[in-house]
Amino acid sequence: MNWISLVVPGMLVIILCYGLYKGVPVFDLFIEGARGGISSTASILPPLVALMTAISMFSASGALDALTQWLAPALSACGIPPELLPMILMRPISGSGSLALYEQVLSTYGPDSFLGRVASVLQGSTETTFYTIAVYYGAVHVSRTRHTLPAALTGDLIGVFASVLAVRIFFA
Amino acid sequence: MMKWILTGMILLSFVSGLFFGRTEQVSNAALSGCGQAVELSITLLGSMCLWSGMMRVAEKSGLTEVIRRLLSPVTKLLFRGKTHARAMRAICMNMTANLLGLGNAATPLGITAMKELNRENPEPGTASADMVTFVVLNTASIQLIPTTIAALRLSHGAAFPMDILPAVLVSSLLSVSSALLMAKVLGRIPIRFFDRKSGDSKKDDQKRKNRQQKSIQTG
Repeated sequence: MNWISLVVPGMLVIILCYGLYKGVPVFDLFIEGARGGISSTASILPPLVALMTAISMFSASGALDALTQWLAPALSACGIPPELLPMILMRPISGSGSLALYEQVLSTYGPDSFLGRVASVLQGSTETTFYTIAVYYGAVHVSRTRHTLPAALTGDLIGVFASVLAVRIFFA
Repeated sequence: MMKWILTGMILLSFVSGLFFGRTEQVSNAALSGCGQAVELSITLLGSMCLWSGMMRVAEKSGLTEVIRRLLSPVTKLLFRGKTHARAMRAICMNMTANLLGLGNAATPLGITAMKELNRENPEPGTASADMVTFVVLNTASIQLIPTTIAALRLSHGAAFPMDILPAVLVSSLLSVSSALLMAKVLGRIPIRFFDRKSGDSKKDDQKRKNRQQKSIQTG
């Protein structure tokens, strides 16, 4: 049995049982809250349409391949393996896109190779930045996001260097 | 900022599509991409309702307050003291879901937190400092258990799929703290630098309001 599979049902059990124990109308409250979930989803749809249209056009245009070729020499000089560059560039833009590229790295180089490990650490320690920003701000109709994107992308960049470094340290 | 990202990406796709002779693919992608957004939000709708409902139960029973107290040593460092207790509780629920690797639950809980933060936002339409901190925290992954990656590594024949865990923790800690530091530093720069708020947009807002009022009167 995989104990990780207990997390979701466990959380639901804790929330509901604690509610019953405290004597609150669990079902009515759930319905009330879930109704709010509908409007939340409706409010993130427009920003999602904008973002996903732009992302699919971008991935189909070949711009990513060009960028990879252009950036590869500079990044390999900094110690970042150029083989991982497509995945690195895809990571903040598209979750499913970078996951597909990650699987490609795993099947080409193997999960226990240096490249496979760096790709795994990178995938685990970063998020789909653009998606998160679009969804979170879209839900509250905030269009002036100020310094969110520069700060988040700095984190992504440091995450790339840190992944390479961490794998070098832990698997020397 | 968002208008530049949207226009920039689509313009870049158009130009490079022309340059690499992939105009057909770009055209198809534009049409299928918007459909994918609808598919994704339908997929999200279920977990959004489930976790919003659970959040409401946990809020009323006082469970969220317990979690808020548990996480307060960390959140006190990240968010300004002014942040309302209700927003703080939603933020803590989102952080808990993230730590447990529950991506599907983290998004709805995070949106609840954003709504609470927006309630106390002095300038609607512009991100407040706490909103920026919170979104940055979510763009940098802070999970303790990288479930998806471990599963993929296992299926590709890794000897010990979870052996990357210490490296993942070190790397995410470095990336999260640098992103948060950057957010604090850049927060001192005036808003004008990132998002111009010209008189025109205010006029537009006014026009829109007038139009809405008219349509209400006529309709």
